[in-house]
Amino acid sequence: MTNDDIRIKIMELIVPFNKKNIELKPETTFAVDLDLDSLSVMDLVAEIEDLFDIIIPLNLLPDLETIQQVSDAVEKIMGDA
Amino acid sequence: MSADLFDKFQGIIDQVARLPQDATNPFTVKMDKVFSQTEAEIDGKRILLAGTNNYMGMTFDQNALDAAHKALDEFGTGTTGSRVLNGTYSAHRDLEDSLKDFFNTKFAMVFSTGYLANLGILSTLAGKDDYIIIDADSHASIYDGCAMGNANIVRFRHNDAADLEKRLNRLPADAGKLVVVESIYSMLGDKAPLKELAEVTKAAGAMFVVDEAHSMGFYGETGGGVTQEEGIEDMVDFIIGTFSKSVGTVGGYCVSNHPKFEVLRLVSRPYMFTASLPASAMASAKSALATLKAGSNLKAALWDNANRLHAGLKEAGFKIATDKAESPIIAVCLEDAETTAMAWSELLAAGVYVNMAIPPATPQGLNLLRCSVCAVHTSEQIDTIIAAFKMVKEKLKL
Repeated sequence: MTNDDIRIKIMELIVPFNKKNIELKPETTFAVDLDLDSLSVMDLVAEIEDLFDIIIPLNLLPDLETIQQVSDAVEKIMGDA
Repeated sequence: MSADLFDKFQGIIDQVARLPQDATNPFTVKMDKVFSQTEAEIDGKRILLAGTNNYMGMTFDQNALDAAHKALDEFGTGTTGSRVLNGTYSAHRDLEDSLKDFFNTKFAMVFSTGYLANLGILSTLAGKDDYIIIDADSHASIYDGCAMGNANIVRFRHNDAADLEKRLNRLPADAGKLVVVESIYSMLGDKAPLKELAEVTKAAGAMFVVDEAHSMGFYGETGGGVTQEEGIEDMVDFIIGTFSKSVGTVGGYCVSNHPKFEVLRLVSRPYMFTASLPASAMASAKSALATLKAGSNLKAALWDNANRLHAGLKEAGFKIATDKAESPIIAVCLEDAETTAMAWSELLAAGVYVNMAIPPATPQGLNLLRCSVCAVHTSEQIDTIIAAFKMVKEKLKL
């Protein structure tokens, strides 16, 4: 799966969390652009984990601010497995 | 000029400013007198307390009061020291012995609060390359204990043993793993499927921590919590708890049978670097533990009260977080934060104090009026709480 494939799938998961209906771009941020609180971010992470059958430890989250950063992290975790 | 570090709190400051700035503000309400376990004076009025964690009514238990008075006179107001340096009295060791007896374990450690017990155990036990797997609805002290340490933190869906199993299976087989759950969750008062969670945890070779803060004293034959109720003591590696609920004072603890448990006294920073509990708090805790273990009609009275309140509020048409009373916590779910704040104020004006809990402090974005009952509430007092809720429902058209 390419990084683009991963990002597209993640964007599909974000749709129900996109309450403000903003346009999703690689540089869209979770906290500011999507206005997600920490609990919503963790719920979204759980869905991403299940889709790719991986673990994204919560302690990585402070460094994952944008959709692209999450896509890169998922690609790396899948590559390491 | 550098940025004002308080700018990031402006949203909260604005939100609080919109609340009434008097006694009906849930964030500034204070109790000026406490008449008993169930009544206090707030803003000059006698108020019925239906939102404490004083489940077993131990705060005014006569034996606990006598023991605390005696210890206060004999040992003074405080230890002025930490457990490892100059703050361990015989009272601390006596209380640890009482805990071992209460939970039938080989080891016990007393912390200065329940919050510190979670910080002290979780941040220390799991290190770099280890994993802590926590329930999504965990208390802040569990999240903070995770944040304080260096382990990888994994979260599973609330009370979902199958989801826990799925996530455990994704972890490296040889990594150290610590699964952390609560037996009763403090906001909704819901009970965990503890046996299923324990079985999944043990199948994965992980250690199991159960926080029994909101179950100790009234679950299990001698008050040992849901662990005892379900007879799974052999599968629980650590029980963490508090003296600030059913025990009626302050302090936290962890009990275990792990043969190397004692080393934690020398490596757990939240144990080592804070002041130890005053002798008076420990003396009352020890007395209350004995009372809880001996058993009495308090346990049955507590469940009667919880069932009565749950049934009464349900009959009145309120949505309650649990289908039946699973604990003394009965959480009423309302539409939004504003309605919840208004209902909270109306209840207080009607002489009933409950807890207002709104996101992000609540799971699933729920807006709650969290009630909790005490073993020494009379059935008339429970009926008064129900009547106040009915009145507020009518007045606010809930």
